[in-house]
Amino acid sequence: GRAGRDALREELLLSPLPAGDVAATFQFRTRWDADLQRGAVSHYRLFPKALGRLVAALGVRELHLALTQGFWRTRAWGQPPLQAPAGAELWVWFQPTVTDVDKAWKELSNILSGIFCASLNFIDSTNTVTPTASFKPLGLANGTDHHLLRYAVLPREVVCTENLTPWKKLLPCGSKAGLAVLLKAERLFHSSYHSQAVHIRPICRDASCLAVSWELRQTLTVVFDTFSSGQGKKDWSLFKMFSRTLTDACPLASQSKVYVDISPKNKEKELLEVTPPPASLHEAIVQGDKRTYAVYDLLSPSLFNTSRSLNVQLKWKRPQDSSDLPIPVLHAQRYVSGYGLQTGEISTLIYNTHPYRAFPVILLETVPWYLRLYVHTLTIITKGKENKPSYIHYQPAQDRRRPHLLEMLIQLPANSVTKITIQFERALLKWTEYTPDPNHGFYVSSSVLSALVPSVIAMKDVDVEQSPLFTSLFPSSDGSSYFVRLYTEPLLVNLPTPDFSMPYNVICLTCTVVAVCYGSFYNLLTRTFHVEEPNRGGLAKRLANIIRKFRGVPPL
Amino acid sequence: LPQGISIYVGKHRSALVRAGGGLATLRTRLQQLTQVMSFTASSITAALSDRVPDGQLGPDARRHLKSSLGYEITFSLLNPDPKSHAVDWDIEDAVNRYVQPVLDKLSLVANFSVDSQILYYAVLGVTPRFDKESSSFLLSAHSLPHVINPVEARLGSSAASLYPVLNFLLYVPERSHSPLYIQDKDGAPVSTNAFHSPRWGGIMVYNVEAPASHQASLPLRVDVDMVRVMEVFLAQLRLLFGLSREELPPEFLLESPGNEGLADWELDCLLWAHAVENIATVSTTLTSLAQLLDKIGNIVIKDDVASEVYRAVASAQSAMAELAAGHLHSAFQASKEAVTSSERAFFDPSLLHLLYFPDDQKFAIYIPLFLPMAVPILLSLAKIAREARQRKKEPTKMD
Repeated sequence: GRAGRDALREELLLSPLPAGDVAATFQFRTRWDADLQRGAVSHYRLFPKALGRLVAALGVRELHLALTQGFWRTRAWGQPPLQAPAGAELWVWFQPTVTDVDKAWKELSNILSGIFCASLNFIDSTNTVTPTASFKPLGLANGTDHHLLRYAVLPREVVCTENLTPWKKLLPCGSKAGLAVLLKAERLFHSSYHSQAVHIRPICRDASCLAVSWELRQTLTVVFDTFSSGQGKKDWSLFKMFSRTLTDACPLASQSKVYVDISPKNKEKELLEVTPPPASLHEAIVQGDKRTYAVYDLLSPSLFNTSRSLNVQLKWKRPQDSSDLPIPVLHAQRYVSGYGLQTGEISTLIYNTHPYRAFPVILLETVPWYLRLYVHTLTIITKGKENKPSYIHYQPAQDRRRPHLLEMLIQLPANSVTKITIQFERALLKWTEYTPDPNHGFYVSSSVLSALVPSVIAMKDVDVEQSPLFTSLFPSSDGSSYFVRLYTEPLLVNLPTPDFSMPYNVICLTCTVVAVCYGSFYNLLTRTFHVEEPNRGGLAKRLANIIRKFRGVPPL
Repeated sequence: LPQGISIYVGKHRSALVRAGGGLATLRTRLQQLTQVMSFTASSITAALSDRVPDGQLGPDARRHLKSSLGYEITFSLLNPDPKSHAVDWDIEDAVNRYVQPVLDKLSLVANFSVDSQILYYAVLGVTPRFDKESSSFLLSAHSLPHVINPVEARLGSSAASLYPVLNFLLYVPERSHSPLYIQDKDGAPVSTNAFHSPRWGGIMVYNVEAPASHQASLPLRVDVDMVRVMEVFLAQLRLLFGLSREELPPEFLLESPGNEGLADWELDCLLWAHAVENIATVSTTLTSLAQLLDKIGNIVIKDDVASEVYRAVASAQSAMAELAAGHLHSAFQASKEAVTSSERAFFDPSLLHLLYFPDDQKFAIYIPLFLPMAVPILLSLAKIAREARQRKKEPTKMD
């Protein structure tokens, strides 16, 4: 019989950011109405075979892998649609039928490291944790035993063209047709934030939810800013950003659209002018705001009537002033303080700028074992008073085996700053564990904040098939709040490093001491004295005598 | 038996021989029969072809698939022009109907797993030539080796398993390069329009007829004729395993094995070849392990590695005994266990442990202490030896 149907939707969202920069988010969603089971023969069409076999063979229920270069500046750019921490982040929910989750996790990270050319094989027990409250499944789930979840971050991982190429290979049209022609590495990496991600999850096949379909979303977010592009003017166009324009849609896609965010920021007049004029407008409530989008449908035949290619141009109608910058409701900051190489303190500041609503936030911190946290020094202070978290889960580290895991549910009062501090002590490592001399230091991965932020406008339930992809990333629980996951900055710490030239010094010193002291002492003890006849003299004496003869001086 | 045929080989393990003429002709016919149905010197060389030095193999030495515990078969449909052709193939049905019976028969030899995929915008690396006489595009025989490499990057490696992969590709040429034919060495187009690469798989080109009218709407719907395609792929599968029937003398007639794809005696040949190859692999692996231990004295062999080695040796010996006795199935099982144990022993990660005390560190620690001490001692020993020798020479010079 026929294998399950599969469908591809592709979408590009261009959102201008407050400082004149622009963020472009690509999403490619392949939905496959089949059940990936272990051992069943599977025939793939749009869903890539490499990922399908991986999910089937290792019993994966949900997989989220993100490779990011740069940091999303929430204060300057606003709330991100989907943020990822710098480096590589991998979190996976396994099926309940998997008996040895750690073995499957290790195999999975090794196989993914081969597929994406990233060093994910460095994921081992020293950087893997099992969160209990954060990272709930984003797809279908019946019962969540958190022992089936694994989460790991590699903050040192560098993302480059080598990682983009296998990511593009997974797309059904490759980079030959559709929106993926814009993904050229030399422009994408010339930006201040680049994040590519793969999300696989099971979803309901229809409204009655009797059968399961599998969804693969490949997202790529890139922020172009005037500083890194080196141009003074702030007008953007597809050609300026990607050095390419769109010529057609992917023939395999059932939907291929470009959305441009033209929401008026001050509700008076529009900020942005878009050419060519869009065929339609779409209104949606995204992250608590009512927003308007200009829509270009690449599959509609009228789009390419006038010109063969589509080059969307964005022009600022009036210059931006700083009062336009909206402050995001939730943002956070983290830093290390202290002096010297023995102790230090990690401080996290969480800002809730909502004028009257308080909401809880789950903070997940993973600290490597060589920073020994003192949990009795953990203090949470809001508006000068102590704030006791309603849920704490702490798992202490084991040297060289497990990192620290600290999860807390903290209530943030309205319009407040919460400061969380914890002190630590730096450990001395074994000499083979130090990185080579010219190094940054040791990285501490970002902490994760998950919150349901109350929204001003009530949001309706979103029908995934009809609405744009960027509105259906996170499942919405109720209409009054939206889910946000934020990451703080990664930290760099220096560990006390011994002087590695000491072995050489020791060898030299020992040799000298032994030779001088022992040698002369031994000589003194065992010297014997002979009577020796004077000899004619060696070569030096004969030479000296020859010179004396010339001078007329008596010989020696 | 029809005229001109003197030997009829059945699909199980029996054959009918016509005894015309005298005993001499009967003997030659029986010799030919045993050469076909059983093993010859050339098949032994082919089974051990990895171990025979290159000079002794002929230029056309067939390189069959190496013996392995399992194989993965992947069928890929390459459509470089999805705008013009919307190609659909009912691969699941074709696999169940045509491929699965063959694999069931071969399941004694190894574990097989089958999957399939469709790749879009995957082009062959070679631009075909346009031939004016036949108004078609031709791929010459010497450009065929360059076809595979660019495609292989898109095929995806089997990351989730360790078995070797056999790729069978069906290529539907672009509208601008249709129809496309493969030329053999003499310049004539190949009848099946397919070729195979030893130890890798096979490629078949499927031409789509141009539509009758020029205004046909693109993309054209193409439904692949799976019978024709599977015939070619199954024949290539047999060639890859070394079960070809090319060098038969003209008086032979073979019974068609039907849906199963191969006769019982062919399966026996394959089992025997794989068993011999496994035993040769075991002996090579264990010999190199022993040589490694001789060279590097610091390697620590754990108990379970040692027990794997013992088990490998015992299984290999029992496999050879069973082969000599003629029990093919048990010999093959024993050889498979031997290979598994020897590979597990050889590739055990504990063999690579760095010892805490490597040799150069020993020198670095002891030389600065002992060398300065040793030099005066050695010099005085030399002086004592010299004096003793002098005293012995002139014993009377004492005062």
